[in-house]
Amino acid sequence: MTRIEKASRTDQEQGLSRRTALSCMAWVGTGVLWTVAGGVPRSLGLIGDAAAAPPGGSTPNSFTFVQVSDSHIGFNKEANPDVGATLRAAIDGVNALPVRPAFAVHTGDVTHLSKPEEFDTAAQLLGGLKTGALHVVPGEHDVLDDTATAFRERYAPRDARGNGWYSFDEAGVHFLALVNVMDLKAGGLGNLGEEQLAWLEDDLRGRADSTPIVVLAHIPLWSVYPEWGWGTADSERALAALRRFGSVTVLNGHIHQVMQKVEGRIAFHTAMSTAFPQPAPGSAPSPGPMKVPADQLRRMLGVSRVEYVPGTAPLALVDTPLIG
Amino acid sequence: MTIVRRMAGALPGAALALALLAAAPPQARAAGPVEIRIDNFTFNPPVITVPKGTAVTWLNADDIPHKLAGSDRPWKSPVLDTDQRFSMTFAEPGTYPYFCSLHPHMTGTVVVTAE
Ligand SMILES: [Cu+2]
Repeated sequence: MTRIEKASRTDQEQGLSRRTALSCMAWVGTGVLWTVAGGVPRSLGLIGDAAAAPPGGSTPNSFTFVQVSDSHIGFNKEANPDVGATLRAAIDGVNALPVRPAFAVHTGDVTHLSKPEEFDTAAQLLGGLKTGALHVVPGEHDVLDDTATAFRERYAPRDARGNGWYSFDEAGVHFLALVNVMDLKAGGLGNLGEEQLAWLEDDLRGRADSTPIVVLAHIPLWSVYPEWGWGTADSERALAALRRFGSVTVLNGHIHQVMQKVEGRIAFHTAMSTAFPQPAPGSAPSPGPMKVPADQLRRMLGVSRVEYVPGTAPLALVDTPLIG
Repeated sequence: MTIVRRMAGALPGAALALALLAAAPPQARAAGPVEIRIDNFTFNPPVITVPKGTAVTWLNADDIPHKLAGSDRPWKSPVLDTDQRFSMTFAEPGTYPYFCSLHPHMTGTVVVTAE
């Protein structure tokens, strides 16, 4: 562990853990094995041991997918003058996995300033992913044209609703791709909005409690650190509609660091950025990009791999830095 | 205003008080260029009082973009990347709360006086 990583963990323990019951937060150079677990009864089929779940192994319908986040193509400041190179390294890492992921998700801030050329560069790089489909939800940096037109043209499926939210199914897992970065209110946090919440409730209605659910959204759907806007104002109504399901995994980005929390049967996870790290909550005057020595940067950037094995386990998450 | 800005980084509460003091009529009439510096996801000073017709300029000193928007009136700035400025002249007296539409926890207020 580097000094910075230790510092962030200490801040975490002192500052937040008691209040938000974060189950775990750690950085390890060689990658952290995350299991979605936290004292939940095994009979509910929620406790999984990722180590015991052979990725893409003998279990039928098991699969893995990867989460990439916060690539900020267009950013060129001191914290990382070459975000294209680090995204490329992340993609190379994904492509080198022993088992090819079924698909990839990107949890937003694909670009830094929503410029057409940034979307072009990002698409070119992400096109190098040797996975199935790429599913993307927007970050606030992707919708700076206010209407999210550039983003939607690129990434929203034709049947997306409202500001571009949609759902899809992969191998029996139901995915909700949400937009919580638009129509933000003064003094507030991320925002789903009435229309999207009504759609979400409607989308989940009639689905069996046993359906595994994965929720994608850029800004965390749990209150990570409201002082920095790290939360979603109206997420409680969405979570209320999700609580009856046996396995819910919420994948977020935005905060450029790994954090995890388990609340009942809902596991929350935030991914590393591929562009630059951000400080642990409250450990710096602002959430601005963290400047770390060049030889440490790639330890603080990375991707997450998600393993799903039907019937035996919830989704298991493995966070892997670009180098370590 | 320089003093106010310097104070703002160190002591937001004091800066607010000073900003209000600075708005007392003698200073307010001396309508020079007024600049609000965006630093560490904060508007410095967070509250500023100017006579009507004053051009207020925001400078983004962060290495992350920000974008201003009126909280209760439909005005907005373009995206301000690092070191970019945006100016707006407030013609009508009133209180103009605003925020950053990317980081809505960032809020500020421009108070425009009649004279
Ligand atoms: Cu901002």
